[in-house]
Amino acid sequence: MKPLINSLPETVFTTKVDDLLNWGRASSQWYMLFGLACCAIELMQTGGPRADLDRFGAVPRATPRQSDLMIVAGTLTYKMAKRTKLLYDQMPDPKYVISMGSCSNCGGLFQLAYSVCKGVDKIIPVDVYVPGCPPRPEALTEGLLRIQDKMMRERWLVKPKTPAQVQA
Amino acid sequence: MNAQELYASLEKLFPGKVSNFKGEAMEPCLNVDSGSIVEICRFLRNAPGYRFEVLSDLTALDWPKEEKIQIVYHLYSYSQRHQIVLKADLPRDHPTIATVEEIWKVANWFEREVYDLFGVIFEGHSDLRRIMLPEDWVGFPLRKDYVEQEEYDGISTQRAPLVEKLLR
Amino acid sequence: MTETAPAQGFFTEDMTISVGPQHPSTHGVLRFVVKTDGEVISEAIPDVGYLHRSIEKIGEKVTYHGYVPYTDRADYLAAMFANQAFCMAAEKLAGTEVSRRGEFCRVIACELNRIASHLISVGTFGQDIGAMTPFVHALRERETINNLMEEICGARLTYNYIRIGGVGYDILPDTCARIIEFLDHFEPIVDEFNRLLSGNKIFIQRLAGVAVISKEDALSYNLVGPNLRGSGAKWDIRRDIPYSVYPELDFEVPVGTAQVGVLGDSYDRFWVRVREMQESVKILRQCLAMMPKGPAISKVPKKFRPPAGECYARVEAPRGDMGFYVVSDGSEYPYRVRIRTGSFTAMSIIDKLSKGIMVADLIALIGSLDVDAPEIDR
Repeated sequence: MKPLINSLPETVFTTKVDDLLNWGRASSQWYMLFGLACCAIELMQTGGPRADLDRFGAVPRATPRQSDLMIVAGTLTYKMAKRTKLLYDQMPDPKYVISMGSCSNCGGLFQLAYSVCKGVDKIIPVDVYVPGCPPRPEALTEGLLRIQDKMMRERWLVKPKTPAQVQA
Repeated sequence: MNAQELYASLEKLFPGKVSNFKGEAMEPCLNVDSGSIVEICRFLRNAPGYRFEVLSDLTALDWPKEEKIQIVYHLYSYSQRHQIVLKADLPRDHPTIATVEEIWKVANWFEREVYDLFGVIFEGHSDLRRIMLPEDWVGFPLRKDYVEQEEYDGISTQRAPLVEKLLR
Repeated sequence: MTETAPAQGFFTEDMTISVGPQHPSTHGVLRFVVKTDGEVISEAIPDVGYLHRSIEKIGEKVTYHGYVPYTDRADYLAAMFANQAFCMAAEKLAGTEVSRRGEFCRVIACELNRIASHLISVGTFGQDIGAMTPFVHALRERETINNLMEEICGARLTYNYIRIGGVGYDILPDTCARIIEFLDHFEPIVDEFNRLLSGNKIFIQRLAGVAVISKEDALSYNLVGPNLRGSGAKWDIRRDIPYSVYPELDFEVPVGTAQVGVLGDSYDRFWVRVREMQESVKILRQCLAMMPKGPAISKVPKKFRPPAGECYARVEAPRGDMGFYVVSDGSEYPYRVRIRTGSFTAMSIIDKLSKGIMVADLIALIGSLDVDAPEIDR
């Protein structure tokens, strides 16, 4: 009996359901425009003609309700921190956060400032940190590709066993 | 008019209310008695020959050793092309001064900022509340003896130990 | 909230909306608490401070040389100008001479930065009104300028190029040739912009006669830069309180002329910016032709300790007259650094102008004033 896979026409391909779902999600990450400071300008330039984010399927959305990626670009102040948490909570699952630039990674060069929150990870969980002040468009694109890799590794239908379940 | 003539004429018109003219400094400045700031400013703006239509800047300096907070007014005249710097000394534990809001409308925001960062109360101001910092912030940061609070709104303000050496 | 008298048994009240701090417009984190009656605004109160990074307080904790990168962040779209203003203030305090080639390098870098800043301003203005295409064209031109800036000083956005006594690195002849290539390419682009945007009937109808600022109001609210010149007052720091090598250069100062509507409306302010880009091209050509040989930076001690005193230095930034008031007490650290920017005072006029206009006109007003969150909050 011939193997099934060799007798299928070329218009049929086989894959795992998880891979198909993840490929769809990774190729259309819609990011929320959360540009706070200087990194916002580099975010705009990355979405611009030369380093195009649109070719990865990433388009900017104005509202958190329609986005699954939040790129925190710029310095986070205490006054803005409450609103950041609110916006993060408004995003639907599964959601990812890229922390772009030194200011949102760790406070950046504003360590001596009294009104700057030293890192956005004090408030929301971060998936990818992109260093730079501001990061080049190529660096931000690399961050987006890392999120794609992270998405491709996720499993939805059969959840992998946690260490506690393995031991039991 | 140059600064020397300005001072001489102001001394004649407002005897006892202006003093301490520093003509040799890079920015010629003179001290004004804090109680009569409004009438002097109104005169400087409207009188022909003076015509200081623009309040370039209104800020404050904190001198803890001399126990005073000094409010600095930079006035400029587009029509006459001259400028002057007025300074008013206020006691540090109870700094209050009248507002010049009716004379130059921009003083509204400048004075709100000085209130927010130094704690100076401007009498007669239409809307004196914090502008840069959140409403529930405690303390006046630009004073020299300001101590940061431990945490704000549940977020800790403590820094990584590496940076502590930089703090003066 | 006000309740209007019920007509035909109808009960209405004003709606309070919060525009921002996160919003698709690109002026940064600003918030407006807007009370509207349907589409017509009765009150729009700005709420700022979401980007207050305490740059003025940091000035008291770092040395003069170390403070220059912080001035970049005071207005990241016009970083060269803030650098220059602070360095001018420090040089005046200490009596340092700037090398002549350094002055020319400063003007070249600043005028390139002015073109980049006005491109963003004009592009995002179009985007706020609804014209998405010119924004992408502006970004394309700005990429070339970013490349030139990277050749000059190594950074695309926050340059840290203008140092006390001159500039950080010399501009090489290769870069000069590439700047001239860019200028030759850029002059027809402004005409392309005018065809896409400035001559566009919808654009003109959206802006003509909207949010008129009279000359008296502009002076009383201390508007500066293109906002003041759009209302008819011909005042430019490069002409009237000259600094650096501007007295030797030949350029015009564009003023609003009520081209399509009333003098001082949003279109006048926009048109002044477009014309300023063309004037910057003229200035750049002259500077590149006149550049002398010599060192790019004069000798300045590593421990920079100016004598006690105070100094106020102004430059003509793209958003107006940026002033740095530096007070020194004789030590290595400044006693107080005060940054006075054009956008801070421009925000104060929005409350007055926004009574009775529609919500879409409020967005046009904010775009035409070209406010910028880091300048307001510092």
